[in-house]
Amino acid sequence: MKLITAVVKPFKLDEVKTALQELGVHGLTVTEASGYGRQHGHTEVYRGAEYRIDLVPKVRIEVVVEDEDAEQVLDAIVAAARTGRIGDGKVWMVPVDSIVRVRTGERGPDAV
Amino acid sequence: MLLADPTPGLDTGDTAWLLACTALVLLMTPALALFYGGMVRTKSVLNMIMMSFVSIAVVTVVWLLAGYTLAFGDDAFGGLIGDLDHLGMAGITPASLTGHVPTLLFAAFQLTFAIITAALISGAIADRARFGAWVVFTAVWTLLVYVPVAHWVFAPGGWIVSKLGALDFAGGTVVEVNCGASGLALALLLGPRIGFKKEAMRPHSLPLVLLGAGLLWFGWFGFNGGSAMGANGLAAAALLNTQAAGCTGLLGWLLVEKRRDGHATTLGAASGAVAGLVAITPSCGSVDLLGALVIGLAAGLVCSYAVSWKFRFGFDDSLDVVGVHFVAGVIGTALIGLFATAAMTGGASGLLHGGGLAQSGKQLVAIVVVAVYAFAVTYGIGWAIDRVMGFRAPADHELRGLDLAVHAETAYDHGVLGHGTAATHATVLAHTSDKASTA
Repeated sequence: MKLITAVVKPFKLDEVKTALQELGVHGLTVTEASGYGRQHGHTEVYRGAEYRIDLVPKVRIEVVVEDEDAEQVLDAIVAAARTGRIGDGKVWMVPVDSIVRVRTGERGPDAV
Repeated sequence: MLLADPTPGLDTGDTAWLLACTALVLLMTPALALFYGGMVRTKSVLNMIMMSFVSIAVVTVVWLLAGYTLAFGDDAFGGLIGDLDHLGMAGITPASLTGHVPTLLFAAFQLTFAIITAALISGAIADRARFGAWVVFTAVWTLLVYVPVAHWVFAPGGWIVSKLGALDFAGGTVVEVNCGASGLALALLLGPRIGFKKEAMRPHSLPLVLLGAGLLWFGWFGFNGGSAMGANGLAAAALLNTQAAGCTGLLGWLLVEKRRDGHATTLGAASGAVAGLVAITPSCGSVDLLGALVIGLAAGLVCSYAVSWKFRFGFDDSLDVVGVHFVAGVIGTALIGLFATAAMTGGASGLLHGGGLAQSGKQLVAIVVVAVYAFAVTYGIGWAIDRVMGFRAPADHELRGLDLAVHAETAYDHGVLGHGTAATHATVLAHTSDKASTA
């Protein structure tokens, strides 16, 4: 199993969710996040004083999928989240040793 | 009703209008609390609001016990201070009159001015003052600074109005220059907030700022219109001048922002409106509509630059009490010397209406004297409080936020975490059982 984590632009969340549903991924975790890569924030002006806002609002999407589906899911997320402009985000994947469904106690792929 | 008998000399229309105005001006202090509260960070918004709200209570008590008589009692000494005949409002009955309105109403109306002037100062020392020190300060400051200046300018025997002959319709000196100079004194005394000029201290809620500004604007009709002391043409003129200057102030500030920063901002709109309203406060009873439009515009344009002076000079006037209230108060009070018209004043006129420079000189003297007096005495009061009880909050309180450190509250609870568990009942029960067992 793999954990895929995507940090993408907030307004892309619905498109990513739709792409995952079309692939049959029926669970995900979404967290509001902030960060920066090369985009480095924006400037706001209050009474003439400029403030650099370093951290850019993002959403962090996490899904656990079986190994054979992982590349396809990752590609789908990237395709759905891409605008082609700076700040589109990052998607990464790490192996998962074990997973348990809390309600039933199922383990492994059955718990996904 | 015992009091329903008509009082000879009382004008019911004037009385009705001033009753309404008293309520309008009282609302300005909660409005200021929102205006200021929105401008500070989330961690200290309750403390900012509380500084205004506690001013209402403290200044009211001080005013009724001693403030009113010292400000508006018969002149006791050279136009400098009133007498003590009405301590605790002694000798004033519902039948007592000031002009055509009950003296009790006049005292209430003037009280609302004293309240908001004290509350205005809090913006200069946002996020970093001990609450107890602020409570003591508002009481002492009202007696030592507000009351004398109100006597000089608003009381019939006051030296600025009767000897000098400067014009101040609704408090450009008493309220605006006064709170600005006092705010500067406290900002210098307390020093800047931790992280000033390094951290982004952004307003946490601009909708609150705009709501506060809108309510201030609403209340300002009572502030300026009520200062006519009657329901008459002068009140109407003052009210319309107020509207005109608020609007040109708003537009002037936005014009500067758009050209300078590339964006017309909501905070700029609120600040510009307030700047225009501040500037017309002293002048709304002495200038015509064209004068009002120009005075508001001048305030909007100048104050939009003045708010950056604190960064240049390094004093942390957190919410721009100096940059908006002091500067606009000076502009409005000074420009009376140009725009005053005999049609409004019934006598004095400014340079542009054939009155020469005489009125300008009087206006400038009033500004300088009030500014210097307010700054010096406020600094002295602040210094004394600092020595006795400490005026500045401890650094860890400031960093954590005064809401939690001082009031044991937080303004917002948006997340799903940290709701805590109810210890309240247990605490209350423990206290009551302690009391019961020791009773």
